[in-house]
Amino acid sequence: MSTVKLTVNGKAVSVDVEDRTLLVHLLRENLNLTGTHVGCDTSQCGACVVHVDGRAVKSCTMLAGQAAGSNVTTIEGLAKGDELHPMQAAFRDNHGLQCGYCTPGMIMSAVDIVHRHHSQGSGGKLDEETVRHELEGNICRCTGYHNIVKAVLDAAGRMKVAQAAE
Amino acid sequence: MYETNYHRASSIDDAVAQFAKGTDSKFLSGGQTLLPVMKQRLAAPSDVIDVAKIKDMIGIDVSGDTVTIKAATPHYDVAQSDAVKKAIPALASLASEIGDPAVRYRGTIGGSLANNDPAADYPAAVLALGATIKTNKRSIAAEDFFKGLFSTALEDGEIITAVSFPVPAKAGYAKFPNPASRFALTGVFVAKTKAGDVRVAATGASQSGVMRVGPIEQALKANWAASALDSVTIAASGLLADIHGSADYRANLVKVMGQRAVTAAG
Repeated sequence: MSTVKLTVNGKAVSVDVEDRTLLVHLLRENLNLTGTHVGCDTSQCGACVVHVDGRAVKSCTMLAGQAAGSNVTTIEGLAKGDELHPMQAAFRDNHGLQCGYCTPGMIMSAVDIVHRHHSQGSGGKLDEETVRHELEGNICRCTGYHNIVKAVLDAAGRMKVAQAAE
Repeated sequence: MYETNYHRASSIDDAVAQFAKGTDSKFLSGGQTLLPVMKQRLAAPSDVIDVAKIKDMIGIDVSGDTVTIKAATPHYDVAQSDAVKKAIPALASLASEIGDPAVRYRGTIGGSLANNDPAADYPAAVLALGATIKTNKRSIAAEDFFKGLFSTALEDGEIITAVSFPVPAKAGYAKFPNPASRFALTGVFVAKTKAGDVRVAATGASQSGVMRVGPIEQALKANWAASALDSVTIAASGLLADIHGSADYRANLVKVMGQRAVTAAG
C-alpha cells in the first residue's frame, strides 16, 4: 500500500491504494468519480481518457502512483457549475452520443484535440479528416462517429470564441 | 494485475539501485506496453521502477549532425519537436504515427526500444539510421542491440538513457498499420547517409524482429528512386505469417512500403 497525493478536478486528495491500482480505479472506486469508464481494459477503446497535467491519457494504462503529484481532470471537472463545457454542449446539440458509454472519453480526447490545434496556431480550424484521424484512440459502437465528429468541429468554433472572449 | 511494488526513481543511479533491491524488477517508462501486459498477467514483476520523471532522461538535443533523444521522452514531444522536424523529419513523422494520441503522450522511445516488439516503429528508424543506444553502462550500436523478438543486448538492470541519431542526407518512413492496434503490419525506414551509403530497415515483417533489407539497399544505392524497386523481389522465407497477413503478403508490403518511404524521403 502507498499513499498517493494528487489534485483531481482542482481539489487536493490523498488516497491509500495498493501499488497495482490503476488511475482509473483510484478515480472510480476511491473518489467515486464514476464518469470515467472502463471499456476494453486493453488500452484501445479510450472510454477511460482523463487529462493528466493537461494531456489526454488512458487512465486504465497508468498506475495511480504514476499520477502522484499530478493535476488530473475528469469529465466531472469540465463543466463550470451548471454551465456545460462547450464540448459537452456541442455533443448534446449535435446528438454526438447514443448509449453514452464512450462519451466521457470522447469528450476528454476531443477537448485535448482542440486545445492542441489552437496552441499550434491553426486558429481552431480543425477539419473533419483531422478530427477523425485524431479520434482513432476512442471507440464508439453506436453512432458511426458522424455526429461525434460534427460535435467536435462545432465545439472547436465555440471554444475559439470563448478563448477570444477571455 | 498481480501485486507489485511501485517506486518512482529520482535519478538514473536511484533507478539502478531500486532495481537491484527487487527480486524480479522491471523498469517502467510510459507503461503503454508493460502495463497492458501486466494487466493480462503475462508479466508479474515484483517491483516496477518508474523512470519517466527522471529529469536527466527527458529532452531532445540537436547539435551538429546528431539528434539525441533522451530515453523517457514521449513520442508526442518527438513528433512536435521543431528541431527534430528540421534535422530528421522522417523521425518526427514516425513518432507522430505511433499508436494513438493518448498513447503518444505516455509512450517513450527508450521503452519502445527496450521492449523491442517485432512490430514497433522506432526499431526501424534506429537500425536504418545507424543510431547509437546509450545506457547507464555503455554505448551500443544499433546492429548489436536488437536480438530478435522482444530481446535486446541490454543486461539485467541496464537502463537506456538516450538514443543518438546521425542526421542523414535523406530519410523516409512508411508503414501499413494494423487497423486495430496501429502497430506496423509492415513498416519500412529508408535512409541515405551523408557519406552516400543506403540503409533500409523493416519492422513488423520478420520472425526475428526488425531487419535490414539488402535487396532494397542495393537497388537504392544504384538509383535512389521508388521505381528502382519495381524489379526487386523480397523473399518470403523467415517472414511473419498470421491472421493479418501471410508471409508472401508481408514480403510484398516490404517492397511497397519501401517505395512509399523513398517517395516520402524525396
